[in-house]
Amino acid sequence: MAKTLGPVRRSFQPWNDPSEPAYIELRDVTKRFGDFTAVDRQSLVIYEREFFALLGPSGCGKTTLLRMLAGFEEPSEGEMLLQGRPLTGVPPHKRPVNMMFQSYALFPHMSVADNIAFGLKQEGMAKADIAQRVAQMLRLVKLEPFAGRKPAQLSGGQQQRVALARALAKRPKVLLLDEPLGALDKKLREETQFELADLQESLGLTFVIVTHDQEEAMTMADRIAVMDHGRIIQVATPAEIYEAPATRYIADFVGDVNIFEGQAERLEEGKLRIATTAGFAVETVVNGPSLPANGDTVWFAVRPEKMVISHDRPAGASSGPAPNMVEGEVWDIGYLGDVSIYNVKLACGDIVRATRLNAAREVERPITWDDRVWLSWRPDSGVLLAG
Amino acid sequence: MQGLRSFLARQVVTAVPYLWLLVFFLAPFLIVLKISLSETAIAMPPYTPVFEGLKDLLEKAKQLSFDNYLWLTEDALYIKAYLSSLRIALVSTLITLIVGYPLAYAMARAPDGLRPVLLMAVILPFWTSFLIRVYAWIGILKPEGLLNQALIGLGLISEPLQIINTDWAVYIGIVYSYLPFMVLPLYASLERLDLRLIEAAMDLGATPLKAFWRITVPLSVPGIVAGSLLVFIPAVGEFVIPDLLGGSDTLMIGRTLWVEFFYNRDWPVASAVAILLLILLVVPIVIFQKMQEKAAR
Ligand SMILES: Nc1ncnc2c1ncn2[C@@H]1O[C@H](COP(=O)(O)OP(=O)(O)O)[C@@H](O)[C@H]1O
Ligand SMILES: [Mg+2]
Repeated sequence: MAKTLGPVRRSFQPWNDPSEPAYIELRDVTKRFGDFTAVDRQSLVIYEREFFALLGPSGCGKTTLLRMLAGFEEPSEGEMLLQGRPLTGVPPHKRPVNMMFQSYALFPHMSVADNIAFGLKQEGMAKADIAQRVAQMLRLVKLEPFAGRKPAQLSGGQQQRVALARALAKRPKVLLLDEPLGALDKKLREETQFELADLQESLGLTFVIVTHDQEEAMTMADRIAVMDHGRIIQVATPAEIYEAPATRYIADFVGDVNIFEGQAERLEEGKLRIATTAGFAVETVVNGPSLPANGDTVWFAVRPEKMVISHDRPAGASSGPAPNMVEGEVWDIGYLGDVSIYNVKLACGDIVRATRLNAAREVERPITWDDRVWLSWRPDSGVLLAG
Repeated sequence: MQGLRSFLARQVVTAVPYLWLLVFFLAPFLIVLKISLSETAIAMPPYTPVFEGLKDLLEKAKQLSFDNYLWLTEDALYIKAYLSSLRIALVSTLITLIVGYPLAYAMARAPDGLRPVLLMAVILPFWTSFLIRVYAWIGILKPEGLLNQALIGLGLISEPLQIINTDWAVYIGIVYSYLPFMVLPLYASLERLDLRLIEAAMDLGATPLKAFWRITVPLSVPGIVAGSLLVFIPAVGEFVIPDLLGGSDTLMIGRTLWVEFFYNRDWPVASAVAILLLILLVVPIVIFQKMQEKAAR
């Protein structure tokens, strides 16, 4: 293997190991509400100790999938298995799976400690053991001073940690998290993302998390399933999702992207030339069997950070039309401190976005509004998209 | 200026309910209290006023008579009537709660479109006069009434059951009449209940029954309390139902009150009975409210 797409936990890639058994398995699972199909014949394999994210816009069926795993909904068709055993017909209180609810669903009439102890009491655990486990969970989520408080007396972040402690207290085989950070403010959300990921790794549990926030999924998950309208479109590592999105929908949903439409023309050994509707040419390397035929309409995506922006025409053919570059006029600039975003207007009127790291504090010839600039990219910087 | 006007407006608005209570509760209460402290007279009105104005207040204060209250403690009839009223009201409230809770629960879980219809069905009986509905129960419960005919027709009993003129008829009457007052507050608190809390409980290993006891019931306590008070308080002083459905040995304070006022024309004793009844009801309610406040904190 010559190249990898981005970082992975080197020792943890069960999905690449054919001998690794599935931990959670969905087989052709469909869920209908009346005529409406919320989940449409989906199959999925999740491995033990994996941090798995279901990512998609609101209403795409993520929560429904999670609720089926928890046992609150039964699939209309298909089968779900946990460690090879079918889950069909097993009621929620008998599943070795715990859920952290979207709005926490803390019991308002119980103290923090009683909320955490609730699941343990249902197990019939001895009183002393319960007290010990509750203390341990409180320590884990750093809420020891708040044991006696009612949920209404806590901040949003503290409530979130109580919900987490309550769901973890029973040491479930699988923890399901429905938008666990959705109610937190940005700063707290970012901190908590890393905490959750650390917690998952140190406890060695399997996490299935639902989110509509691609950044959240990318930060925490080992693998991401991107969903749209009740279907899983791609299951891959965060880096693969970002660098090699399967469809235009995913490229657009995960991160910023420039997508160009054009006609394909095959060149020698795996090289492809695309004459874009925006008036410039793209030359790219395509491996794999899915090489389009001459004259096919294809889409080519380049991420803004892979666009190089400069005043001077990039090296290459010194004159005449060269591939993988285009000239335009700076239309808008967004200065974000660490990076700047340049929206460049092409002759055809399309806007192309490029970002540049603000590595130096002072620049000799800063790019500014209305400047004529060149955008260029390497042949392997973009990706060919199917439909 | 603006501030002053809005301040005055606020004062007026808050004063309205106080004024209402003053005119329609406190003033009558003081009058009844005054009567209860006077002595019986065969006259019109049938009592001697204790004081007429402020000037002889002190002088007359000496004449204030607690005899009527002493009298209530001396005659076992009154104590029995009080206790019997409390017992009947308590049992009726419990039965109303047991009947009303499943009703309210089913209503709160009914499909959205059906709920207003069910709510209407609960309120519907109020469109017929209370008195007529209680009279109707005589027709149902009497020995040759609908209930006995139906039971005999089904072959469940051979002799008619004696229900009318017993405490049972009073329980049935109170439960039937006050059920909406139990169901409505219960429905309000059950309908508000977040169903995800039940799911969370089951997710954590609670059986549906456990989830009901540990989550649904505690969270509907405000509804249980409100409904129970709305049934218990009027039931203690209930007069019409024990009078029409109860037997001669059904002793309730409302009836005793009626007998004292209109039969014996002993207004002072009757007033004393009324005042004691009020104290008997207010003190437990206040204690209960204090406990609730403490629990909420
Ligand atoms: N109990 C239900 N009855 C009817 N429709 C439902 C029910 N639950 C979810 N849906 C529908 O299924 C779709 C997917 O919902 P959900 O799984 O909650 O989406 P997400 O969590 O991805 O935002 C939505 O269109 C929603 O309206
Ligand atoms: Mg959702």
